[in-house]
Amino acid sequence: MILPLRLDQLAFAAGGREIIAPLTLELGDGASSVILGANGAGKSVLMRLMHGLLAPTSGRVAWSDADAQRVRRQQAMVFQRPVMLRRSALANVVYALEIAGIPAAERKTRAREALKEVGLHGLANRPARVLSGGEQQRLALARAWALHPEVLFLDEPTASLDPSATREIEAVIRAFDAGGTKIVMATHNLAQARRLGDEVLFLHRGRLVERTPVETFFRQPSSAEAAAFIKGELPWV
Amino acid sequence: MGSILEAMRGALSLIASGDATLAGIVLLSLKVSLSAVFFATLLALPLGAAIAVTRFPGRRALIVLLNALMGLPPVVVGLVVYLLLSRAGPLGPLGLLFTPPAMVVAQTILILPIIAALCRQAVEDAWIEYEEQLRSLGAEGMRAALTIVWDIRYSLLTAVLAGLGRACAEVGAVIIVGGNIDGVTRVMTTTIALETSKGDLPLALSLGIVLILLVLLLNAGAYFIKEAAQRRYG
Repeated sequence: MILPLRLDQLAFAAGGREIIAPLTLELGDGASSVILGANGAGKSVLMRLMHGLLAPTSGRVAWSDADAQRVRRQQAMVFQRPVMLRRSALANVVYALEIAGIPAAERKTRAREALKEVGLHGLANRPARVLSGGEQQRLALARAWALHPEVLFLDEPTASLDPSATREIEAVIRAFDAGGTKIVMATHNLAQARRLGDEVLFLHRGRLVERTPVETFFRQPSSAEAAAFIKGELPWV
Repeated sequence: MGSILEAMRGALSLIASGDATLAGIVLLSLKVSLSAVFFATLLALPLGAAIAVTRFPGRRALIVLLNALMGLPPVVVGLVVYLLLSRAGPLGPLGLLFTPPAMVVAQTILILPIIAALCRQAVEDAWIEYEEQLRSLGAEGMRAALTIVWDIRYSLLTAVLAGLGRACAEVGAVIIVGGNIDGVTRVMTTTIALETSKGDLPLALSLGIVLILLVLLLNAGAYFIKEAAQRRYG
């Protein structure tokens, strides 16, 4: 177990500009956490700090396991625009397993299972880069699925997809959740936050303004910024 | 004008006759330059890719140096290799001077920076797209670099072709370390230089034509491979 994840006075600045103000937070397993906030609020940066793609300017990201290798292996991230290698869909998943140190004999079987899970088994031998946007995103999820991560970070995974592709992606995310993977997802889609999240972390200009169970957040946000954000996104409510 | 036409006629009949001397020279040229491209590529791609994805002190200076070495004068390379391989030189005992292997060594040194510098640029551009994804998967350093090299291999063909072009076209290095010995180290460019000064224009011109045709053919082949791959892999 690498969870819980503790962020201790975590801060990030770039070019003299504060992107994430000192932030202390603990993320346990179980509840799916949705990071909400306007564009530029720092959602993506916060996730990259947690995932280890960015080094904090100050403060710490501490997992409960001290072994860096295990910590790396137990997390996966799906980006807004997946980057696929110029090889088959199956080979893309196999590559991830190879990097993760899975024995060669197991890789293909596990990769096929993962493709089946996301409904791409029929396209296993297709070059990954010629798949549609929705299919590529499902392939990115398959690549994560094959690794059986304890934590899955998702950065606006459906932001550039149409509604039907979005539904398919959300179904896979739910399957991750049902399988016991901790979901940490950034989105600015409120409906999606409601469908997939258990709790909301609301960021406003790099500051964590509130952390509330998802239902409470939409009914009765405790901060004025969140209330304004909800109103701005859903003016008809 | 008349002499050009005459030389051209002579050249074409020489090519058509399948002259054995001509064929031998063409074949040796290809062997030397393709071997040099092979070895240079083998070394230059990992080198260029490593410089692209790693950060270390002096990296910028190294990139500038590598880019500058693309303009390495062939005669200088020839001279240095000559000094290394000459009887009194540190590698003299190998007895390589005035042999085709010496020419391969010189051309390898000449084109290695070209392929490495172009590869460095291509991988660095691709790295912008791949970095987060690869690091997220746990691929870092050389591992990530080689993944990208393999992924953009068809784009890197252009870098390899630039190296090949340079190797086929240069005279300075091979003439110094090869010595332009008839039947042993005489290649297309050295023969053209020699025959022109001797006045045998048909042979020089026919070699010139063959040289250009070969380079064209290799480039066309590479282009179609790249096209087909792009259609297939996206």
